[in-house]
Amino acid sequence: MIEVEGLGKNFTLHNQGGAVIPVLEDAHFTVAPGECVALTGASGAGKSTVMRILYGNYLAQAGRVTIGGVDLTGAEPRTILTLRRQTLGYVSQFLRVVPRVPTLQVVAEPCLATGQSEEAAVTRARDLLSRLNIPETLWSLSPTTFSGGEQQRVNIARGFAYTYPALLLDEPTASLDPVNREVVLSLIEEAKANGAAIVGIFHDVEARARVADREVDIGRFTPGRAA
Amino acid sequence: MSDYNFAYLDEQTKRMIRRAILKGVAVPGYQVPFASREMPMPYGWGTGGVQVSAACLTPEDVFKVIDQGADDTTNAVSIRKFFEKTAQVSVTEHTKDATVIQTRHRIPEVRLTEDQILVYQVPIPEPLRFLEPRETETRKMHALEDYGLMHVKLYEDIARHGEIATAYAYPVKVEDRYVMDPSPIPKFDNPKLESAALQLFGAGREQRIYAVPPYTKVVSLDFDDYPFDPSKADYPCALCGATESYLDEVIVDDSGGRMFVCSDTDFCAGRQEAAA
Amino acid sequence: MTKNQNIPERPPLLEVHDLTKNYGARTGCADVSFNLFPGEVMGIVGESGSGKSTLLNCLAGQLEADSGAVMFDTRADGPRDTRLMSEAERRMLGRTDWAFVHQNPRDGLRMRISAGGNVGERLMAVGARHYGDIRSAAEDWLTRVEIATDRMDDRPAAFSGGMQQRLQIARNLVTGPRLVFMDEPTGGLDVSVQARLLDLLRGLVRRMGLSAIIVTHDLAVVRLLADRLMVMKDGRVVETGLTDQVLDDPQHAYTQLLVASVLQV
Repeated sequence: MIEVEGLGKNFTLHNQGGAVIPVLEDAHFTVAPGECVALTGASGAGKSTVMRILYGNYLAQAGRVTIGGVDLTGAEPRTILTLRRQTLGYVSQFLRVVPRVPTLQVVAEPCLATGQSEEAAVTRARDLLSRLNIPETLWSLSPTTFSGGEQQRVNIARGFAYTYPALLLDEPTASLDPVNREVVLSLIEEAKANGAAIVGIFHDVEARARVADREVDIGRFTPGRAA
Repeated sequence: MSDYNFAYLDEQTKRMIRRAILKGVAVPGYQVPFASREMPMPYGWGTGGVQVSAACLTPEDVFKVIDQGADDTTNAVSIRKFFEKTAQVSVTEHTKDATVIQTRHRIPEVRLTEDQILVYQVPIPEPLRFLEPRETETRKMHALEDYGLMHVKLYEDIARHGEIATAYAYPVKVEDRYVMDPSPIPKFDNPKLESAALQLFGAGREQRIYAVPPYTKVVSLDFDDYPFDPSKADYPCALCGATESYLDEVIVDDSGGRMFVCSDTDFCAGRQEAAA
Repeated sequence: MTKNQNIPERPPLLEVHDLTKNYGARTGCADVSFNLFPGEVMGIVGESGSGKSTLLNCLAGQLEADSGAVMFDTRADGPRDTRLMSEAERRMLGRTDWAFVHQNPRDGLRMRISAGGNVGERLMAVGARHYGDIRSAAEDWLTRVEIATDRMDDRPAAFSGGMQQRLQIARNLVTGPRLVFMDEPTGGLDVSVQARLLDLLRGLVRRMGLSAIIVTHDLAVVRLLADRLMVMKDGRVVETGLTDQVLDDPQHAYTQLLVASVLQV
């Protein structure tokens, strides 16, 4: 489902004397449907960079990323947007939403964007918000006013609302209480059971052990290390 | 013979004006620019109409001038005298007898014929002027038939007053093409714009001439659900009893007493004579 | 909703080839080419004088480009170069399939005409002649842009800046255009008013499946509204791509400077 081959990434800082910072070199791994791969490595090894390249958020300098048969390298923006809408979900650590939009709408949006009926989308959103213990009294409010933990859970609900064939999870259980952590882990397990190919970053070792089938050490792809 | 050239203007000027008139006739409703001359009267007193009349008059013509329907107001009398003196044409107050009629703000009640020319005095020829102040833009709008704005004016009327409150200078579309300001005639007169007579419009200050040739289609703009209504005061004339003519309201004393009389003095007098 | 699934199969709504406009010896914009697909929202960013407004005005036919082609997929005849259209045809597009939202609402509204009349004008321009229908369409649109219908007969001069801008949007969208040009739509508004307007615009663009080209120097605006970005400098396009990619991983020196110059709150 997700194939990464020969991936290389540098950052060129044009405004700091054109300094080139190599981050990745020849990164490669694959994720099959129903499989969860955890990215590991020390802080700064480039785990988040890999996630962002997979999501089309960062441009790679070398190599290929193919998700669901779509080659991300050099893809048109609309191709990537279609992929994000229909194939590839992403639960980031931070919620980024338009002010004023009610929580229920925020969570229902991914389903609406794929053409599901308003009713189905809202039902799914209600279900997830209840499971993640967001009080119903908050559903009609914008999540921008919520506490950090609540925002994180709204973000997770949004990420899992649509059953994406491929999912990227960046620290999904961070800063969650044990009850909600359990809910999130079961959501991940359900997604796997539904055949989703998942790439995740988990600092929570127990959680990683429970949901991840394999680990890929990103540190191996740090440039200069092999030499 | 006086010291004036026939009908005051020199022949070259009259030819220039006639060319503008011919172009106006060829393109009904289109405002033709012309080199308006200084006339021995102030702007707003009919300088445009006078120049058009001067270009149309021949020594055989019988000339009539009406001002708001009346032959006997200052403006009408002085213009009539002007052409009596400068062209020695015969003049009349009877609509039927006239061959050239210069008018300010009215169309005579009597149906005009193919042998007559009606010359309008026009203060502001551009119907879009109060909506779009740029002349460059209004010209483009005419050229491209971009007339949505005209209906916006009527829309505003209904929104504000519950009906189309424009009572005079009511915009019309000529021959399905140009939107035209019929000069400040009451909307009651609008149906009479479809006429057997040649109608010429002269705006002296604005330097424009336009025309509605005989039997040209002239439609007053309106909405499907607010159709054009050429209404008038709902009274008979206090002098001749006419019910179908346009009426002036006349205040007769200091205690609010009033009467409604025909605005067209010749029409009213004719009816009174016939009745007597 | 088909707009979402069928994007790759549909032909571009707008195809721009090598569009160039010079002001004498000075470059307005040079050799700009891009495709805009149905339902796509593109942001054009750059600082003042980068040529973004010149480009927008050339695209919308408000300014005559020196060379290049602007092919618009017309409903009747398919793709046609709008630069070769007659003025009448371009104006017709301008009041049917195209819309233009100006930065200053005074440029896009008739200040002496009521809010309802402002919204109704485009309808009347394309032949609507039923007062009741025009009025209910205007009412509907005022509601959609969150203007109370009891303000319908007031003139925009009596409105706040945010309301004027929302009225301008209603006036533009009432004829169901397919392509909206926006020139700094949130410029000159308070931040709180901006957020409301952006939310509104975003909702309308998504619901109506509009294609839009938004010129702005405000990167937050494009992050929220635009699918993709075009970064301009000195009249030329220096970088293009998916909005979040360009903002989060800018490649060109100028884009990096632009992104780095935004104040964080």
